[in-house]
Amino acid sequence: MNRNLKDTIVEGITGVSVLLIIFIIVSILAITIVGGWPKLNWTFLSEFPKDGMTKGGIFPAIIGTAVMTIIMAVAAVPFGVITAVYLAEYASEKSVVAKTIRFAVKTLAVVPSIIFGLFGLGFFIGFIGKNMDGLLNGGVLKWGQPNILWASFTMALLTLPVVIVSVEEAIRTIPREMREASLALGATKWQTIKSVVLPGSISGILTGTILAVSRGAGEVAPILFTGAAYFLSTLPHSLNDQFMSLGYHIYIMSTQSSDVDATLPIQFATTLVLLLLTFSLNAVAVVLRYRIRKRAK
Amino acid sequence: MARGTGKVAKSDIVTFNKKKFRFSDWFAEKVIKSVAFLSIAIVILIFVFVFREAFPIFRMDKKVAASSELMVQESYGGSDSGSTEKVADNQVGNSNKTQTPGDSPSSTLLSKTWMPVSDNPRYGMLPLFLGTLKVTLIALLFAAPLSILAAIYTSMFAKPRIREVIKPVIELLAGFPSVVIGFFALMVLASVFQNIFGYASRLNSFVGGIAMGLAAIPIIYTLTEDALTAVPKTFTEASLGLGASRRQTAFYVVLPAAVPGIFAAVVLGLGRIFGETMIALMATGNAAMISMNPFDSVRTLSATIGAEMAEVVFGDTHYNVLFLIGSLLFIFTFALNALAEFYFKNMVIRKYQSKK
Repeated sequence: MNRNLKDTIVEGITGVSVLLIIFIIVSILAITIVGGWPKLNWTFLSEFPKDGMTKGGIFPAIIGTAVMTIIMAVAAVPFGVITAVYLAEYASEKSVVAKTIRFAVKTLAVVPSIIFGLFGLGFFIGFIGKNMDGLLNGGVLKWGQPNILWASFTMALLTLPVVIVSVEEAIRTIPREMREASLALGATKWQTIKSVVLPGSISGILTGTILAVSRGAGEVAPILFTGAAYFLSTLPHSLNDQFMSLGYHIYIMSTQSSDVDATLPIQFATTLVLLLLTFSLNAVAVVLRYRIRKRAK
Repeated sequence: MARGTGKVAKSDIVTFNKKKFRFSDWFAEKVIKSVAFLSIAIVILIFVFVFREAFPIFRMDKKVAASSELMVQESYGGSDSGSTEKVADNQVGNSNKTQTPGDSPSSTLLSKTWMPVSDNPRYGMLPLFLGTLKVTLIALLFAAPLSILAAIYTSMFAKPRIREVIKPVIELLAGFPSVVIGFFALMVLASVFQNIFGYASRLNSFVGGIAMGLAAIPIIYTLTEDALTAVPKTFTEASLGLGASRRQTAFYVVLPAAVPGIFAAVVLGLGRIFGETMIALMATGNAAMISMNPFDSVRTLSATIGAEMAEVVFGDTHYNVLFLIGSLLFIFTFALNALAEFYFKNMVIRKYQSKK
């Protein structure tokens, strides 16, 4: 009896913990939806901010986020896929090289995002950009300042581990027999990778890309000083322009706006847009990943 | 190609023992291998470049060290909102040892005042360290027990069908961008907690800590759940077979066996909290002061970088100090990751091997 009571209480406590976490998640979602829904309409999505950012929409922030994540994906995905191919196909599990690369990838995954921002500032802007200006433009400041290219590259480093992990997982689900069949038919290792392994892991590459885009769209710290701008009256039209981003917009509007209360609906609606974006991307990734895992069984 | 076929034609013995040399294969392998090395290179580059920008602090120190000891503490409270140009001017003065009196930057690093933008800039990191520690502790005390208990429920008590629902829902939290959690803390949590506890400053280390805990929950939860599921089924079956209840099995058999894995989970969660920037910027109030009260505003290390880097003069002392903070953050998370990766993983392996 006593033991049964204790069992019930302890199980109850653990169950309550689960409920509490789920409650918090649901309330974040509910509050964002309730606060943002009334403001969310086509004008909001397609207009520039107006009247010192107190009215108007978030069109440039959406475009900025989209362009930045596209450049980021173009930079991160090929590197991520090739690294994953190396880890899964070439490197032996026990080799020091493979272990070191794995450790490096894990380190990249846990380094705080603000450090990537610092690195982007010190390396891309302060080192590469400044030297490019010195060599190409005779010292005229063009690349040695924050812009969308450096912000995207910084974000690409941050999302590299996401791509590597997804692609490697997908490659490992390809049956050995398929590789062996290809090799037995006289194909070389590279031919096997090119025409059996990579086509077979397309969904994994897609998952990795989507997860990376979702992560990159939401992160703010790495772009704080590598390219995000408070307000721009035009869309970025070259790689050395600054850009507006959804996450940065939320941060700026909620902490540094001249009238935080008046712009509250805009802030909630922007948060809702960002959440919808990352959630729908994650949902697609989850479905894709589920299909990959099913194949593995 | 030419090189390969040439070799083959020369002697048959070589072809017999060696695989046929193909240029495309050789080339592909080299390219793939060098690209894979890039991730190592990136980590090293981050190391080098973050440190490179922090380094001048210690050099500047030597120049000014002699004079700094004579300096009496000036009143530096006056213009705390002074422009960055002023700071830059002051810096020039410092290194020339002529004009404005001021302490050498690194001698103030361990002082109690963080006031980088003033006539006599002081870079005392003590309040920042204390603030980070306070927020991290609150976040960990909130997130760790909650996620571990939730993980125990999910892996030990929940029916399989319910487990299939709980896991993805909690992992949903990992998909929330930190700026969204920060926004939620700023707009909702801060007001709710103020109504409950009735404290003075709306944004403080408690609100920030809880919000950062939210960001760490999915990490700690998922890894703990993995660690619990990784405990061999035979352990559970043996314990239940001896007549222990599910609760006893969970807390006296499975949990102890999974301890190293849970430690690793908490350590990685700690790394996430420690480096979290956006939530700290938005929800902790950003006041660098020394106080043990959890309801006072704090400024964390990462938030300091995020808030001040944009307004700083390139190459200025303040700029270098911010990079120094970045280096410390980097070293710390690197160490935490290494600890989780090598120490705790080995403990897990040893544990199960010895019990075989």
